[in-house]
Amino acid sequence: MLKARISVPARARRGEVMAIKTLISHPMETGFRRNSLGQAIPRNILTRFECRYNGKSVFTATLHPAVAANPFIAFHVRAQDSGRLEFIWTDQDNKETSVIRELTVDPAA
Amino acid sequence: MIRTINRRNWLAGAGTLATLTVQPKLMAAMPEPVQSVIQRDFPGADIQPGKVNIELPALAENGNSVRIKVSVESPMTETDYVSFMQIIAPANPLPDVARFDLSHANGLAEVETRIRVSAEQDIVVIAGLSDGSLWSGSAHIVVTVAACLDALY
Amino acid sequence: MIRLHSIHSRAACLAITVCVVLTGCDRNPTIVPGPTSTLSESLSGYHFQSADTQALQDDQFANPGMLWVDRGHELWLTPPPTSKPSCAGCHNDAATDMAGVAAHFPKFNRSLNAVINLEGQINYCRETQQQLTPLAYESDDLLALSAYVGYQSNGLPVKVAIDGPAAPAFAAGQAYFYTRRGQLNLACNHCHEDNVGRMLRGDKLSQGQVGGYPAYRLEWQSIGSLHRRLRFCNVGVRAEPFAYGATQYIELELYLKWRSQGLPVETPAVRR
Repeated sequence: MLKARISVPARARRGEVMAIKTLISHPMETGFRRNSLGQAIPRNILTRFECRYNGKSVFTATLHPAVAANPFIAFHVRAQDSGRLEFIWTDQDNKETSVIRELTVDPAA
Repeated sequence: MIRTINRRNWLAGAGTLATLTVQPKLMAAMPEPVQSVIQRDFPGADIQPGKVNIELPALAENGNSVRIKVSVESPMTETDYVSFMQIIAPANPLPDVARFDLSHANGLAEVETRIRVSAEQDIVVIAGLSDGSLWSGSAHIVVTVAACLDALY
Repeated sequence: MIRLHSIHSRAACLAITVCVVLTGCDRNPTIVPGPTSTLSESLSGYHFQSADTQALQDDQFANPGMLWVDRGHELWLTPPPTSKPSCAGCHNDAATDMAGVAAHFPKFNRSLNAVINLEGQINYCRETQQQLTPLAYESDDLLALSAYVGYQSNGLPVKVAIDGPAAPAFAAGQAYFYTRRGQLNLACNHCHEDNVGRMLRGDKLSQGQVGGYPAYRLEWQSIGSLHRRLRFCNVGVRAEPFAYGATQYIELELYLKWRSQGLPVETPAVRR
């Protein structure tokens, strides 16, 4: 499984907009580079990133080779109910890497 | 280096001439790789400049990893939200960079990532709102070539 | 006229750029006395990067080198398939047990009767204590372990011993630093002492300090060891690079670490 780093609060107030940061290890090989023999290095990229909140998709990113290696993606999600956030990266062969974080949501202030 | 316009690419990606003639003046001002993407993804749409904020360094010392933050001011309510933000790099070998799909569930239409920039260019961002309107913004970036290109050493 | 490969054409342009008067960029660093012969103040490579690159190094979350530090932490805790202990089994919590360790490498190893670097020490432990085969140089796992151990010395000053049994290696490393090599016939000091702060095409020349390795280089789009960087320096002056882990590089590493003494360890640094 690919190494991933996630920064997300474990706890939030209902309605609070949470800042989420993700970083995953992946070369994002563009397919445009050539090795020392002049041969093209085949494309190997992550094509999609998705965040699901209690099973419902709340953020998706479609990625192309111009996304830098070891993709960093930061976005926001409004806290509603306690539960889980699932982070899923999909590569060009539809292989998935998934990380789950539990979230506790307290009543609004 | 500014990428030269390739008429064949333009015609291949473009819709019919009739579709093109109803495009607003803004579209014609955009480099043709951007026009091709817009023709492919938003044919016949009216894209207005505005609403899109792009944070991008004016000069990047290495094009392999450039920080970009895109955002659109929006209340992000169920009836008034940003539905997507799409980054296009016209001078890259492939102009598509990334597209982010959002909804009111995000609370804030702001996404940060790191992208590859292969040459000096205007990075373009197209954003769509829940009312169907499309907006665009752009930011200029210069990429310096490192003195010694590593070439897999 | 020798036909040059495209990489070496660029290297040739480099030579011309180096040989003529380089245009100074915005400012030269202020110089005060330090351990190296002509530099007055030791400045980490951090100071020669753009603000964006510095910010990426400083970002504890987004610094891509941290992906390898995380992997190193995982490896630290993983017991080997042999019945021997994991790294943690002997060394317990790396944050306490490994604090300061990377700052003191390379050092003389009595059993091996040689100066070894951190990667050599990790492999020595694997072989003698865990009955494992050594990890290949520049493999993700060796980079991960050296990044993880290096990270535990973050902020601590580099300090290596160059006396006693380490003295011959130090002398050899120092001699290397000042020896011209390659088709461009340049020694390390020509860039990293004589022209510090000046522009070499798009790069501002640094002092060549080494407290941040393994470092994530944007050019590599990956973390890499000091030896990878040294190999590239050799290629840059069109000299045949040594193999990873070569004695010449370990001797040079000892000299460079001495040269960097007092500077804080920055592993994993981010460089262009």
